[in-house]
Amino acid sequence: MARSVLDDIIPALNEVAAFALGDPVRVATRAPIGHYRVPVYLRGCRGKIVRVIEPVMIDNEEEGYGRNAGNKRHYYRVAFAMTELWPGYSGPVNDALEIEIFETWLERADV
Amino acid sequence: MSDHDHPHDAITADAKPGYYEIMETAIRELLIGKGLISANDIRRQIEVLDSRSPALGARVVARAWTDSAFRERLLADGRAACEELGITFYDDTDLIVLENTATVHNLIVCTLCSCYPRPVLGLPPDWYKLKPYRARAVSEPRKVLAEFGTVIPDDVEIRVSDSTAVIRYLVLPRRPEGTEGWSEDELAAIVTRDAMIGVVPVTVNAGAVS
Repeated sequence: MARSVLDDIIPALNEVAAFALGDPVRVATRAPIGHYRVPVYLRGCRGKIVRVIEPVMIDNEEEGYGRNAGNKRHYYRVAFAMTELWPGYSGPVNDALEIEIFETWLERADV
Repeated sequence: MSDHDHPHDAITADAKPGYYEIMETAIRELLIGKGLISANDIRRQIEVLDSRSPALGARVVARAWTDSAFRERLLADGRAACEELGITFYDDTDLIVLENTATVHNLIVCTLCSCYPRPVLGLPPDWYKLKPYRARAVSEPRKVLAEFGTVIPDDVEIRVSDSTAVIRYLVLPRRPEGTEGWSEDELAAIVTRDAMIGVVPVTVNAGAVS
């Protein structure tokens, strides 16, 4: 493919995805006051990135409180094994949950 | 007292509005008062919301079953493929279409509230918004499905998608056997709302509806 002028543009802070397909991640265990779009049952759980959602989107949690509007990062589709979420899960080990999580809630986990 | 042939109390609207109802009215009046939106904009948006129904999603599914190139575009970018069929996304959400296969069965839920692919399915059923479904779909999906009469074999993976952000989901059910040669309209007629949420499969005889 021909080289584009876009190749010379330096990305803004946090504009490049921090995680890639297949990366193991952990959901942060923060519990801030207010309404956040990361269900409590996922906090602290380990999963795997299965899709990087493009393009970057604004941090709607910050924007909802009138802070930092315009700060853009990625959402990721993250897969969790049901047995990781629910220790007593009785179904097959392949059963899984997938969900979109904003980059600020994800930490790098060990493989 | 009314002037027709049976007695009843006068029909009045005397129930006091609740906290959130008053807040909604106040914000709506402020937005209109400041000229940011008009009363007609709100009325029109409600009209658009109410015009959507599972018949739209059924058309999308039937097209995907009969046109493999469309199916591929639908799985790659759900919103763009639906827009090809003239379905607009008035709420500016994106759409991921989840394909059921011989080895994966998808189920959608919104544990935090009631996120739902409204542009293609209309308003969600009441049970979808209630806490028992929202809590149990993510923690014991096989039991929930069994209560809908759907028993998924152990060698088929259950994949639950929890909607939380700006993405909505639509399940692309499996095309049932015995529908070879059916037209797109005939296929659309057997695709039901619940099949596109993932709680039941599509069957040739969807139920006692005539």
